[in-house]
Amino acid sequence: MNWIDPHVHMVSRTTTDYEQMAMAGCVALSEPAFWAGYDRSSAAVFHDYFNHITTFEPQRAADYGIAHYCWLCLNPKEGEDMGLTREVLAFIPEFLERPTVLGIGEIGLNRVTKREMESFVAHVDLAMEHEQLILIHTPHLEDKYKGTLQIVEALKRDSRVTPDRVLIDHAEEHTIDMIREAGFWTGLTLYPNTKMAMDRAVDIVEIYGSERLCVNSACDWGPSVPLAVPAFAMAMRRRGHGAELIEQIVHANPAAFFGQCPKFVIPG
Amino acid sequence: MTESNDNACPLSQREIIDTYFMENRSRILDVAAFLDRLERARVKDAEDDFRFRALREAMQALVGDSATRTKDIQMILSDPKTDLLDERDQQSADGAARE
Ligand SMILES: [Zn+2]
Repeated sequence: MNWIDPHVHMVSRTTTDYEQMAMAGCVALSEPAFWAGYDRSSAAVFHDYFNHITTFEPQRAADYGIAHYCWLCLNPKEGEDMGLTREVLAFIPEFLERPTVLGIGEIGLNRVTKREMESFVAHVDLAMEHEQLILIHTPHLEDKYKGTLQIVEALKRDSRVTPDRVLIDHAEEHTIDMIREAGFWTGLTLYPNTKMAMDRAVDIVEIYGSERLCVNSACDWGPSVPLAVPAFAMAMRRRGHGAELIEQIVHANPAAFFGQCPKFVIPG
Repeated sequence: MTESNDNACPLSQREIIDTYFMENRSRILDVAAFLDRLERARVKDAEDDFRFRALREAMQALVGDSATRTKDIQMILSDPKTDLLDERDQQSADGAARE
């Protein structure tokens, strides 16, 4: 089965991971800009990072027949620094023209502070000015509920935002209602400990249906599994769901969301 | 035997138990051993830890008869204060709210 992983951080994975993902049926993936594990010291580092994910990673992926796309931003973990946010936002537009950039992301909130919100709103504003798709990161653990609530409310306040051009990621049982009721796309992150276990993701499909729903590995330098999407497909089969429904969630849905950007070519 | 509803799991109760009993048997023993370990701790210095309190409350929800236990426990483990913080206090989340 061909699948797309809509949320991966391949800068922190090996070429062997690309190879194994390709062998397991991965045809495309998208890499949102994220945190390096520490707060970066200057805007120049972001410039290098954006270069990296728009040149080096697409080439590494192409060597295994995988289409690599990406999203640009200053990550919510660094959003407390408005000065740095402004410096980075100033040069994002020059990268938006590159052939594999799908939009602005993963933007959102981390500890759910006033300055993080200011940085988030500035990113949404940039996305709207340049007619970009948006990929949203919702906060972790005890911060997820309040962060998702604040993000959804902020997006509703901006009349330029069309919900079907926004995917809100890392949803869980207590945040999915507000995301879907507002009409946004939902992402489920399949992590071993901190987010969504495989069978809970299958429960969500059974309870809410598969419309506007994607699943991802969000694999990065932390505990995470690059083959989480095919593992989800297996968990679906084990539960008695058919190939058509599985294909919709792991391929057709992400292709439909990304396909709103004319640069995204639906891979074979 | 009763049949149900729109958002049903395609497996019967019998099939769910046949498939998932073993892994959940193991999980509940892990939780029990974790609680025993806390009892055996060299020093009992965290009886009132906010994470321990949240887990105890979550275990009450687990044995209740709600049909939305997962969501209920998610909310027990969430910060009930939804306002924006004035300043970032720390970079990472703890898994339960401090107060
Ligand atoms: Zn991420």
